This record gives sequence, C-alpha cells and structure tokens, in this order.
Amino acid sequence: MSAPLTYLHRCCQRSVLLVVARRQWSTNSASPPPLHRRLLLFLTQRFYDVEMLLRWRYQAQRSQLQKKNVYYSYTQRFYGPDIASAYYILSLKGGFRYVGQSEWFRTNQRGKFSWDFLNHKNTPIEEADMSYTIINYTGLENLERQRSLRTLKLKGCPEVDDWFLARLHLFQDSLEELDISHCPRITTGGLAALRNLKGLKHLNVSSLPGISNPGLVIILLEEMLPQCQITANGYDHNLRKVEEEEEEQMQRQRSLCEETKAHNPV
Amino acid sequence: MSAMWRRLQVKVGPARGLLTSTQVTRRSTWLNGHLSLCQSFSTGTSLRNDFFKDLETHMEAMRKKAMDALPGSSWTPLEINPNLPPERADIVIVGGGVVGWSIAYWLKQKEMVRGGVRVLVVEKDPTYSQASTVLSAGGIRQQFSLPENIHLSLASADFIRNINEHLGVLNEDPIDLQFNHLGYLFLASEAVAHIMEENYSTQRYAGAKVSLLSPTQLKEKFPWVNTEGVVLASYGLENEGWFDPWTLLNAFKRKAISMGAIQCCGEVTEFKYTTSVITTTDGEKLDLRRIKSVKVQMPHSLEYQPVECAIVVNAAGAFSGKLTEMLGIGFGPKQSIAGIPLPVEPRKRYVYVVRCPDGPGLDTPFLIDYSGVYVRREGLGGNYITGASPEEVTSAWAGFYDYNTFDQNAIIGTHPLINNMYFATGFSGHGLQHSPAVGRAVAELILDGNYKTLDLSGFSFNRILTQEPKLERNIV
Repeated sequence: MSAPLTYLHRCCQRSVLLVVARRQWSTNSASPPPLHRRLLLFLTQRFYDVEMLLRWRYQAQRSQLQKKNVYYSYTQRFYGPDIASAYYILSLKGGFRYVGQSEWFRTNQRGKFSWDFLNHKNTPIEEADMSYTIINYTGLENLERQRSLRTLKLKGCPEVDDWFLARLHLFQDSLEELDISHCPRITTGGLAALRNLKGLKHLNVSSLPGISNPGLVIILLEEMLPQCQITANGYDHNLRKVEEEEEEQMQRQRSLCEETKAHNPV
Repeated sequence: MSAMWRRLQVKVGPARGLLTSTQVTRRSTWLNGHLSLCQSFSTGTSLRNDFFKDLETHMEAMRKKAMDALPGSSWTPLEINPNLPPERADIVIVGGGVVGWSIAYWLKQKEMVRGGVRVLVVEKDPTYSQASTVLSAGGIRQQFSLPENIHLSLASADFIRNINEHLGVLNEDPIDLQFNHLGYLFLASEAVAHIMEENYSTQRYAGAKVSLLSPTQLKEKFPWVNTEGVVLASYGLENEGWFDPWTLLNAFKRKAISMGAIQCCGEVTEFKYTTSVITTTDGEKLDLRRIKSVKVQMPHSLEYQPVECAIVVNAAGAFSGKLTEMLGIGFGPKQSIAGIPLPVEPRKRYVYVVRCPDGPGLDTPFLIDYSGVYVRREGLGGNYITGASPEEVTSAWAGFYDYNTFDQNAIIGTHPLINNMYFATGFSGHGLQHSPAVGRAVAELILDGNYKTLDLSGFSFNRILTQEPKLERNIV
C-alpha cells in the first residue's frame, strides 16, 4: 500500500529535477533568465576566478554522475552478473523484478533497500524500472548481460540520450516494452535507432521536448515498427499556433510598410 | 566626460521636437505665398528637420572621437590591419578545416600551462566554399579493413558521444550535432563476399559492433532493398551514423579559440627555411630543411605577414600537395627521397539530392553498394543524398576531397627531409569521421614526441618512400 505512494512521492521530487535540468540546457526560452543567473553570467564574463569555480562545480557534478554509473566489476566477479545488475539498479534508486517472481524490489524514499534480492542467485531480471534515475550510456554496461529483459522503463531520465537508445540493440531479441517519455535529451536521430528492437510491442514516446516535428516523427515511427503500439501524448498538434504566427508576421509587415511610408516622402 | 555628452544628447531630443513644430507651420505659410492656414497639407518632412538630424550625427561623431582620445581606447594613429596574424607563433596550422581545428583544440587541451603553446590556424577561405569539411556527407562508420581506421573511428565516436564535456564552453548552448544513429549497410556481390567476411572478423576483433546478414535476413530487415546479386550484407549496429559537419567544425573552433588559439584568414604563399646538407650511409647527399617562418598573405591584397614559427602542421586537405611543393618536395632527382612528391591531390566528388516521397522512411541506413553508389536519408521530408548520378535530381553540390593517389589512406607524421612539418592529410573522404582521434594523435606527436593512445605509425610517410601502399579493401 505504501509502496505506490512512496513511488509517487519520489516521482514528484524527480520531476522538479527534470524541469531544472531542462532550463539549464535550453537558452531559447522566451523569458529572460532569473536575476541570480544573470548576475552569475555577468561575473563569469568579468572574472577568471568565478569562471574557474563554475567550471569546477560543473566538473564535480559530472564526476559524481560518472561514479554512480561506473561498471560494477567487483560485484560481478563475486556475485555474478545478475546480482550485479540488481545491485546497480537498486543503488540508482530504481526497481526491478526477477524472472519467475512477482515481487518488485525497490528502494524507499531515503534510498534504503532490503538485501533480500541476494537470495535469488542466477535469476535474470525480467522487468526494470529506472524512471527518474541518472542512468546513462556507461551505466547500461551493468545491464548488458540481461538478455531476457522484457520491460524497461526510462521515464524522465535526464541522462538518457540518443547514444543510450542506440545501445539498446543489445536487448533486441527480448525487449517488448520500452518507456522513454519525458526524457529531455532524446532527439529524432535516437528514435531512428529503435529500429533494431524488432520484438518491441509497446513504446511510449510522450512529451519528448527534443523532437522538432512530433506529428511527423510519430507517423514515421509507426511505419518503422509495424508490430508496435506507440503511445505519444503530450504533444500540441494544433495548427492554431501556426496561424497565430502568420498573423503576427502580417502585422509586422504592415507596420513596416507604414514606417517606410512615413520616412520616405512620396 | 562621456556622461556629459550623453546628457547633452538627451537634451537635444525634446528640444528638437519643440522647434520642429514651429518650423513646419512657418514653412507652410511661405510656400503658399500668402497668409493661409497654419496647417500643413504636405506629407513630406520639412527641410529644417535635416539640420537637427545632422546635428545628432555630428554629436555622435564628436562623442566617438572624444572616447577614442581618452586612454583605454584601441585607436592608434598607425593604421595597422587588425586581421594580420601575430609575428611569432609556436605552431602554425595551415588549413582551418575540421582536422586543422581538431589539432588546434587538442594542442590547447594538452598544454600543461595556460598559454603554453601559441597556436595559429591559417585558413584561406572563411566561407569554406571549397573545403572538404562542409561538403562531405557527414557519415561515421567502423566498417573498415585496417584496424587503425577502425580504432580511429571508435575513438572519434567516443569523442562525439561526450562532445559536450570535451567541447562545451561555459554558459553557451550545448552542442547539437543532429547525429542520426543508423548504421552503414554494405552490400557485397559474389566476387567480394570473402573480403567482407575477413573485414567482419577484423572489425569484431577491434571492438566494432557489426553484424553480417544473409539476403533473406536482409530482406526481412529492410524489405525495400533490391537483393538481386547481393550475397552478403554487413550492417553496423552502434556508433555509426551521420551528423552535421559544420556544427562539429564550429564546436572545435569555438572551444579552441576560447582556450587561446589564434585564428587568421589568409593564405600561406611561401616558406622561409634553412637547408643543411647531410650525407647518408650510402654516400648520397640530402637537403635537410627546417622551416623558419611562414609568409601569410592577406586575402585580395598584397599585404603579408611573415610568422616565425617552430612547427608547421599541414592540414590543408585538398591543397596540401601544393603546400609541400613550396618546400621543394617532389622536385629533386627522380630516384631520391626528395623526388617523391606528396601524393595528395584535389579530386572532385559530386553529391546529389533526390526526392522520393515513397522512399524507405525513418530507418534508412547509409546504404553502400558494391558498385560504389551510396545513399542516405536527409531530414524527414523524403529527401535522399546520393553519390553517383541518377536521372532526375533536385539539387547537387560538388566539393574537393583530399584524395591520396597512392593508397587512399591518411598521411600522418613528419617528412624525413623536413624537420618541423607534420602532415595530417590525404584522408580521401574519411577526414571528418577521424578528425577528433587524428587531432589527438598529432597533438601527442608534437607535444609528447610519440603516439600515446593510438599507434598510427602505419600511416607515416615512410610507406610512400618505400612504395608499400597500405590499401583499404572495400572503400567508397
């Protein structure tokens, strides 16, 4: 009973992270950045020290990410690849289910998990839920040996990008369900790489901010994977936006004509 | 002082408004000749207005002059062309394409001290109208037969995957190369199938993720491919695809310039070198040359600047042969080392854009046939880029690529007769996909003295002197 609630709570916490991450990456937003960010930019352009500190902070964040996604070779050597993958998923605050078991192993809010999963030796993992975790390309190496993985949920992962999707060809025989909605770094080139997953039955590509023409891309995806059911919500397919833009353009042209008439006497 | 000028300008603004209104009415009465209504029916502006407009421009010019006269401005009475390169540089890279800027970035990356090496990149044409970088199809693949090429491609793919960590500049937008992750699909006929199988084992051994497909498997995976005459196909699963070369070039350029590399638009027309004569063990006399300075000529003018340098890197692409001729390579007696020219010449290659609305779709790989025809998808609207003439064409472009006439593989390293010139040319169509790894290799060669990560000694100039070509089987 409490497990789904804690899961929901964690999702809400992680979605805040996602929003912050998106703002950092895109400078094409209509509103100017907040005061502290502008101040920081001003200081960075003037002082080498500020620039160095900011670069150190960025590098520290990246190295922390890399440390979390490192290859768990030690665990693999002593406990086998399945336990190593399980431990990796749990340490990244994800959840999984073994083949033949119906119980999901998850971490709680504070990141603590029970060590019961050690009891099931040499059982491959069937479903993995890595939503809102910081899994990335190098971390996927830890799941490489799971050739009977059927479901992979990567909803809202900030580090899942096109290269990650291209590497999913490792699971081409077994993967049936894939959820990559709300991942900010996926673009059309990465979606094209999903063609290797010939056994895919359910694909969720909702609300991907990185793809430019969502309607067309979804249609092409459906053509590319005929046996797959594709869910794509959260896109604004209206033509109203285009009409508004056209009206704005015409108004601008009209005002320009008036100005030129005012400046150049007939 | 400047604040005073600014305040003055502000005062002129409203004053102008007051005065013009009275001027207009006076003019209308004059024009009509007799006292008439003070209303003006003309839609034009009055003559008196111009006086105040000129006044504003005059004030602006005087303000600028005053600012220049103050200390801290960059005005000098000697009108020196600001586009000239510096008089001295440690390393001059001739050629501002993707290979040249990649070498500049890696040199700046590997220097131990801030400002340790002064790197100057000289590019003849800032529009890149004839450079092979921007006119390439932009593909990267691991399906080569030489292990060095495979390792170069793998290293470059690794670099491109982490491109924001390598080339990201603080507070700038992240780099979006628009990388399409679709593999290369090579089709082999009966005659060349065994070569493809050997290549497959080399590629798997080197770590590339490639899969071999039979005609039935090929038809199953890509139903639109015509499998007539096709016996075997090899498809890349990972680290292959195509991207935007212009973005990569600009990313390298921006990062290198932010780290202190100097960019110059000009053409290298002459080298000043010292010659010393050495005798080999056979008793043959050889001219050993050492470049002292490079003469950089400004575009469309006779102005030039001699740049004293320690090392010159030849990354001029299609025009590298012409550059080495300036040093006398190729003009010696036929049998000697000096008589062998650099076998790189510009070769024209044509790329065509075709439109097929009923074409394959999102998952079209980079298809290469055994006859040499290649095709890839461009964008989402049913356009395809291909390289061998079809009948009807939407548009086309042509570019030179640095064709190595000897064995169509890169030439990296020094020349035995020129002490301080490093070559990084002759890529014959693979320059873009190997550029990050080659840049790192050349930077290691220059700064560390030897290759550290990848051993590219197989691509040195020696194979041209001993006339042993290092051929790649199955190239396009």
